[in-house]
Amino acid sequence: MKVSVGTIARLVGAILLAAFLVRPEAFAPLFAPLTSNGAPPIYRQGNLLALAWSHFQIVVFATLASTLVAVSLGVLVTRRSGAEFLPLSRAVVNVGQTFPPVAVLALTVPLVGFGDGPTFIALFAYGLLPIFENTLVGIQQVPAAVTEAARGCGMTPAQRLFRVELPLALPQIMTGTRLAVVVAIGTATIGSTVAAKGLGEVIIAGLLSDNTAFIVQGGLVVALMAALIYDAMLAAERSIILRLGLPANERE
Amino acid sequence: MAPPAKAVIGGQGAGRPSTARGRAAWPADRLGSLLAAVGFAAAVLLPFMIVKANRIASGQPHGLADSLSRAGAAELAALLAVVAGVAMLVRAPTVRLAAALAGLAGLAAAVSHAASRFTPPGDSFARVSPGAGAWLMTAVLALLATDALARLRLFPGARVAALALAIAACWLAFRFGLFDQLSVMREYANRADVFAREARWHLVLAGGSCAVAVLIGLPLGILCHRAPRLRAGTLQGLNIVQTIPSIALFGMLMVPLGLLARSFPVLSQFGVAGIGGAPAFVALVLYALLPVTANTVAGLAQAPAAAVDAARGMGMTDGQVLREVELPLAVPVILTGIRIVLVQNIGLATVAALIGGGGFGTFVFQGLGQTAIDLVLLGAAPTVALAFCASVLLDAAAEAFEGPGS
Repeated sequence: MKVSVGTIARLVGAILLAAFLVRPEAFAPLFAPLTSNGAPPIYRQGNLLALAWSHFQIVVFATLASTLVAVSLGVLVTRRSGAEFLPLSRAVVNVGQTFPPVAVLALTVPLVGFGDGPTFIALFAYGLLPIFENTLVGIQQVPAAVTEAARGCGMTPAQRLFRVELPLALPQIMTGTRLAVVVAIGTATIGSTVAAKGLGEVIIAGLLSDNTAFIVQGGLVVALMAALIYDAMLAAERSIILRLGLPANERE
Repeated sequence: MAPPAKAVIGGQGAGRPSTARGRAAWPADRLGSLLAAVGFAAAVLLPFMIVKANRIASGQPHGLADSLSRAGAAELAALLAVVAGVAMLVRAPTVRLAAALAGLAGLAAAVSHAASRFTPPGDSFARVSPGAGAWLMTAVLALLATDALARLRLFPGARVAALALAIAACWLAFRFGLFDQLSVMREYANRADVFAREARWHLVLAGGSCAVAVLIGLPLGILCHRAPRLRAGTLQGLNIVQTIPSIALFGMLMVPLGLLARSFPVLSQFGVAGIGGAPAFVALVLYALLPVTANTVAGLAQAPAAAVDAARGMGMTDGQVLREVELPLAVPVILTGIRIVLVQNIGLATVAALIGGGGFGTFVFQGLGQTAIDLVLLGAAPTVALAFCASVLLDAAAEAFEGPGS
């Protein structure tokens, strides 16, 4: 297999990220020029690795929850008996996209209190939209001839769903999940304004103490994490497309 | 990010369900029945109004019955029962829409009435706000209206007109002080001047950054379309910018802009500074560049090769092909990109308040700091409304440009 520049860049990125999270002090000289008045160049109020881990966890759990709900909803409204709910669910998804994350976070605080709760709810709500939209497109683009053939083979509706429609829609659903994860990683940083444990803490500490080194290291870790996860999920998607023998989706 | 696909649904035009064979189907409209059930539960089980003796006291919940006078409660109940009946039994979207709107108007009047009942005359400390029940009923009625509107499939012009009517109705409600006794409006009354200033600045931040992004992104997209070698690099670079979390990007830009302002004091006269609006503005422009550029490239690329060939065959120059064939065909896709950007920037501009950048976020973060939910609402509600209006307007514009031909 040919090793491309992109692969090397990804590998270097992953190693740098791991090294920084495990041994942040080793990078102190790099960040020192960004500080003034002898402020610490590396964030020490919390363990960076633990912060990154809880950031990652909250993103994963929220996205899993929204995948579960959004795919079920997508399946529901594409069934014959759920068609009544389709126009409304599309409209709600479109309106939902206009809600700014800060507003969602701030408005859920009185309901569930400060901490991880509001962030989880906000990430969950934001994940619903792209995944639902993509599930719809994925299921609707299954050719009628294919479902007809499945029916002709004597498959029950459940068999058609699990053996024909969902597998064929899987790449599209994964695209939705990938978009949701990347957005969630960025949005989770804003969650730190309502006391969620995550890498946003580092950035906000930097903003409050006017320490650019904190802002940059927090931002870089989040950006690197998002880019690596995006790439990994894209690779997974491609391998599934290959395995299913679908024509490669060249839109991205 | 791909623009939301326009999918053709199912094949059942009006969404009239064909009852499943053999199974005893619920005779009424199931969506309407579900909404009516949720609305009924909200009216009976959840508090209609919350009353606080002052801004920080804990709230006293009041049900629908003790929030209104006996006659008022009966009137509202009768109105909502009619709306529920329409939702369950009538399928014509216009009737459903009218019922939902009447329900919303009645609910607004009831909330306003209850708020003045709970506010002792001359008391400026009491804080009255709608409870979970009132909010949920509003949401249910709004969903009913949304469903009817979606089924009506209005033309772009009609959608804009509907939006204008809705805005006019809200303006009248506020103009005549329908909600003046509610806690959000109390917070507003205390800082009307600041609100006007932050509102203007929010518009400048979101709209201005969007305009600048279009001015840069459109030529950049055309350039990328012409030079494929430039395309991959540019789009990848802009993609990386998108992965930097907003609060970090805002923070990172404080340094170079601060340096710039210190080295060239002339610039600070134009508002360039390390803190406040300038870094927020630049960050918003950077975030907006990817959707504008990517959609320009995608829009230009979708011009059919045959049309481009024909234009060249007629002797058009490259510039003419671009102006008269490719760009007109790309307009809807570009407008979709601008919609994404404007909605996104209206939301992101709230984050600017974290670095002293102003905008509606000021109220949101102040409210979070003081755990004053009304103040949060004062910042969040206009942001959502603004984003919603922008989305409706630009959606309609994009669809109008697609024309009847496509």
